[in-house]
Amino acid sequence: MRTLKTAREIPIGALITEAGNSKDYKTGDWRSMKPIWHEEGCVHCLMCWVFCPDVSIKVENGKMVGIDYDHCKGCGICARECPRKEKALEMVKE
Amino acid sequence: MANEQRLAAMTGNEAVAHALRQIDPDVIAAYPITPQTDIVQYYSQFVSDGLVKTEMVTVESEHSAMSATIGASAAGARAMTATSSQGLALMWEMLHIASGYRLPIVMPVVNRALSGPINIHCDHSDTMGALTTGWIQIYAESAQEAYDNAIQAVRIAEDPRVLLPTMVCDDGFITSHGIENVSLLPDEVVKGFVGEYKPSKFLLNISDPVTVGPLVLPDYYTELKFQQAEAMKAAKQVILEVAEEYAKISGRKYGLFEEYKMDDAERVVVVLSSAAGTAKAVVNQLRAKGEKVGLLKPRVLRPFPAEELVAALSGAKAVAVMDRAETFSTQGGQLFTELRAAFYDAPKRPLMRGYVFGLGGRDTTVREIGKVFEDLRGDLERGSVSEKYTHLDVRV
Repeated sequence: MRTLKTAREIPIGALITEAGNSKDYKTGDWRSMKPIWHEEGCVHCLMCWVFCPDVSIKVENGKMVGIDYDHCKGCGICARECPRKEKALEMVKE
Repeated sequence: MANEQRLAAMTGNEAVAHALRQIDPDVIAAYPITPQTDIVQYYSQFVSDGLVKTEMVTVESEHSAMSATIGASAAGARAMTATSSQGLALMWEMLHIASGYRLPIVMPVVNRALSGPINIHCDHSDTMGALTTGWIQIYAESAQEAYDNAIQAVRIAEDPRVLLPTMVCDDGFITSHGIENVSLLPDEVVKGFVGEYKPSKFLLNISDPVTVGPLVLPDYYTELKFQQAEAMKAAKQVILEVAEEYAKISGRKYGLFEEYKMDDAERVVVVLSSAAGTAKAVVNQLRAKGEKVGLLKPRVLRPFPAEELVAALSGAKAVAVMDRAETFSTQGGQLFTELRAAFYDAPKRPLMRGYVFGLGGRDTTVREIGKVFEDLRGDLERGSVSEKYTHLDVRV
């Protein structure tokens, strides 16, 4: 549970005074559908990474390694764009 | 010690334009609208003549004028605009953004009736509708006051305890186009008074990057509105401090309101802006006959100086509050209802009645204001108000 700051602790005018802080804003709980990655069927074409609107496809050394569920909002674009006939990404209910 | 001042005959708009010239803001974005137009028309001449360094942005609407002013202010500039009536109405959503982002924009508003029907003359329906936008509002009786208020507004808006946008209002045509004697301060005195604008956080400061205007959800929106309300409370003291400092350079004293022959006044008229000048003439006439009458002219409506107004009116027996705009609440004008509410907790309440007057530029002369004082006399004799709220000088 995060602690909310008081009116006197936050900057005035809704100013955000730290750059690059959107990663601190966890949006994963907005999700109603969740992408599941089936590693065995993945060819690491990274189309999911290209299309993900929220930088939630985790990539290391040019390979898909998983999904950032803290930020993934469950839009399903990755699963839709996965080019494999046997989808390596599958949307399931949360 | 007041400075050497130049006395000049000029309109209210020219006086305000000179105040702006002396302030020399970084950016002015504006769109013409009667009767404000020649403030920025004079100003564009100053730009063309090289008298100011301002970046003048001519935009396609008042919505864009306020948007460009907000952008410039967020970027770190001292930014201003000016408008009237429909122009202010078109700025509507951006007015809340300027105050919500705590941008110290100063905007002269030349009061004009809102359409419809279309009308270009004075009433206060434009700025009275903007009382809830989070802007400070200061009203001027004369061209001199409009000039003085514009200069003071910069210091009020930019004070770190405040950081709220500020409207400086004067009456369309009556003040904006009437020629009066105006004492202008020397340019360097005004520049010294307003100082250099040094925002603590701004967009163009790449060594200290900030985000302006993020989405704020229910977890923080209340706290931000609370901050604005606190700033508005703090503005009252700042307005008085700035006025005191301004008196030192100009010799002209301002407060939250002006009291005219109020010391032993039993019957009092409360009215804003140019009509207060007419009311002063009526007070003088009645005082010459030995009648105990006075005038209270509010200067600052946001923040609303409720406690101070109640204290100032505590000796009065009958008060008439005159509003130059309808609210259609069926309960009277804005100033009337707010002042009446302010008296709710007062131990002693005078009889109080409201008038809506001067709509769409209808002349309000000594005759009409004389009638108001007569109505108050009737109320005093009766011990109750004959009518809580009426329209002055209406044919029915």
